[in-house]
Amino acid sequence: MTNAAALALAPSMAPPEAEPKLKVRDLNFHYDGFHALKNIGMDIPEKQVTAIIGPSGCGKSTLLRIFNRIYAIYPKLKATGSIELDGENILDPRYSLNRLRSKVGMVFQKPVPFPMTIFENVAYGIRHHERLSKAEMEARVEQALRGGALWDEVKDKLKQNALGLSGGQQQRLCIARAIALKPEVLLLDEPTSALDPIATGRIEQLIEELKSQFTIVIVTHNMQQAARVSDRTAFMYLGELVEYDETEKIFTKPGKKQTEDYITGRFG
Amino acid sequence: MDLLYFRRRLTNALALVLSTLATLVGLAFLAWILWETLRQGLAALDLKLFTKITAYGDQGGLANAMVGSLIINFVGIAIATPIGVLAGTWLAEYANRTRLGETIRFLNDILLSAPSIVMGLFVYTIIVLPSTALTHGNTTFSGFAGGVALALIALPVIVRTTDEMLRLVPPTLREAALSLGVPQWKLTSQILLRAARSGIVTGVLLALARISGETAPLLFTAFGNNFMTFNPLDKMSSLPQVIYQYANDPGETMHALAWAGAFVVTLFVLLLSLASRLLFARKVSHD
Amino acid sequence: MTKDHIIKSYDSELARLTGEIVRMGELAAAQLEAAIDVVERRDDRAAQRVVANDDAIDALEQEISHDVVRLLALRAPMAGDLRNVFAALRIASDIERIGDYAANVAKRSIPLSMVAPVAPTSGLGLLARLAAAEVRDVLGAYARQDAEQGYQVWKRDAKLDEAYTGYFRQLLTYMMEDPRNITPCTHLLFMAKNIERIGDHATNIAENLWYQVYGEPLAKQRDNRDLTSNPDMPRLGG
Repeated sequence: MTNAAALALAPSMAPPEAEPKLKVRDLNFHYDGFHALKNIGMDIPEKQVTAIIGPSGCGKSTLLRIFNRIYAIYPKLKATGSIELDGENILDPRYSLNRLRSKVGMVFQKPVPFPMTIFENVAYGIRHHERLSKAEMEARVEQALRGGALWDEVKDKLKQNALGLSGGQQQRLCIARAIALKPEVLLLDEPTSALDPIATGRIEQLIEELKSQFTIVIVTHNMQQAARVSDRTAFMYLGELVEYDETEKIFTKPGKKQTEDYITGRFG
Repeated sequence: MDLLYFRRRLTNALALVLSTLATLVGLAFLAWILWETLRQGLAALDLKLFTKITAYGDQGGLANAMVGSLIINFVGIAIATPIGVLAGTWLAEYANRTRLGETIRFLNDILLSAPSIVMGLFVYTIIVLPSTALTHGNTTFSGFAGGVALALIALPVIVRTTDEMLRLVPPTLREAALSLGVPQWKLTSQILLRAARSGIVTGVLLALARISGETAPLLFTAFGNNFMTFNPLDKMSSLPQVIYQYANDPGETMHALAWAGAFVVTLFVLLLSLASRLLFARKVSHD
Repeated sequence: MTKDHIIKSYDSELARLTGEIVRMGELAAAQLEAAIDVVERRDDRAAQRVVANDDAIDALEQEISHDVVRLLALRAPMAGDLRNVFAALRIASDIERIGDYAANVAKRSIPLSMVAPVAPTSGLGLLARLAAAEVRDVLGAYARQDAEQGYQVWKRDAKLDEAYTGYFRQLLTYMMEDPRNITPCTHLLFMAKNIERIGDHATNIAENLWYQVYGEPLAKQRDNRDLTSNPDMPRLGG
């Protein structure tokens, strides 16, 4: 390879200019003696969409699940290193889970409404964190459902069981439930993998609308989706962060061969 | 080629015939049992059965045994349900995947298949005998002791179903609630138990069906009583125990009464099973 | 591009696209050579054939466009593959233009063969050979995915531009010498311009190849040696 080519392929891991919302440093994660995440370091910019892609088992979901320490519900899991949210290390045991989870919301792969009414699904989380009057609560639920682009579809059936909604509606309900707590960061773990293309399109449109208010991190198997919705994309492989850059660059001119092989479908 | 195809079809037909036959044999016995119970019990199945007590012998009914059965079963379920649900919850939510949890789950499975007479003797030893000493030598068999023995039989069933049902709740539902900052106790009591509710109720109904036909554990605990009593601290009669007693009697009328009792118990169990089926079917169609 | 795609037919579709480009380029280079041949032999029959042959190049371009759209729609190519497909589309349109210019040269050779031969006709052959070599070399570089080789061709185009400028001056001189030369020399002038444009398209191909391989434009400023548009030049009839 000539100099010019070497220069062209040099990795550009330069952090974005503004102060990042989440700063990951030397993050390592083990479970059952398996080194699942290896020395991850990345800056996640505020009010942008950051996508994490990679093959199954690369650690992308694991990484996402550390951002709100949801992994802590399973025994024997340990994360070392630091993740700073606005300058405070959330991995520090003194950082209260309650506080962390009111700041970092999460939406999962399969839509999982609680077995209660649509209204209660949204109100449930709010009630745990705030004392609101009936009128305030109603306004807040409406606001969250509007934010989740679901209000028009459910406003006449708030008292019905949420399990009666379609899959796409359930997932938007889950997003509404998460944003009802007014978090700063929204984690999306393959939010559309169980949905049809139309429902997926609605969620993607919603992500675009939400990014003016939230810092969004999305894990997805669907590269086209990462390309469509994200500003920056991280590619992970075997527990390592291989490349992290502007989405446009990753999908037109990735710096690493592994990235290129993965996104062009040459893995195997 | 055709020969091969023919042989395959032959094998297929043979397997179909054999399995259908096996099913028919099983069902035939079941139908036979139900039919015999109904036919034999029908002779004694009249109003007297529900109004008169066993003290009248072949002129009497089974009223005191039915009341006794209801009370003893109620006591059994009332004791087993809260303990069983809580223990199952602990197994599924707090001790899942721990060594202690696995050990207890294993022991519970052993308890599940323990002979019911053992339960009766156990309760005789821990309740009946000590209270005999307390009451200065009077043997104190009681409906309550019978209820405890039945509770011991129902308990592992309820623990098991609660545990299973909670573990069937998708882990993401847990994670979704926890990711809202909801604490574990709220998650368990307000979301998980609600999601598993119909499954758990089904388990309780099945446990009730199971204990309502038990005889052995009651012989050493509730003992039996030819008179009507509503006091659970008194000796108490129950349907299975009366059936057992009458079946051993040489009198034809007594046999008919026993059949009628058996029919009532069978009907009760059948209805419970149907109820639990309906409940569970509704839950499944919801998902 | 060492590894194959997981989906094998994707590989064969991309290979087919590259093959079509190379074939189309060979056709265009052959057309250019044939055109200059008919100019030198003053054979207007052969010139008609060259003009007609351009249809084959246009048909290939249609085929490539169709393949590119199909690949974009069905394979959603990414990164290197995306650049590959994108470059193929642009290179195809460059080759199509090269074919048009070659056909133009052949077309103008017909009126040129109607008038008495003029001295400077031979200079056109030199220009055409430079241009044809550029086209062949840049397509060779494309077939091997050798962007550096393409860049060498890109640099070499300056020579063609210089030669064109020199030829332009020569033709001007002839026209000023004798007004009867104006008609044939004007034809030659247009033909020369066409050939010079072919060189420009060859550099476009080099630039697209560079983008395809490295994912960024060939940024180095092309030094323009074509001085014919310089205001200091003597004007026609001036």
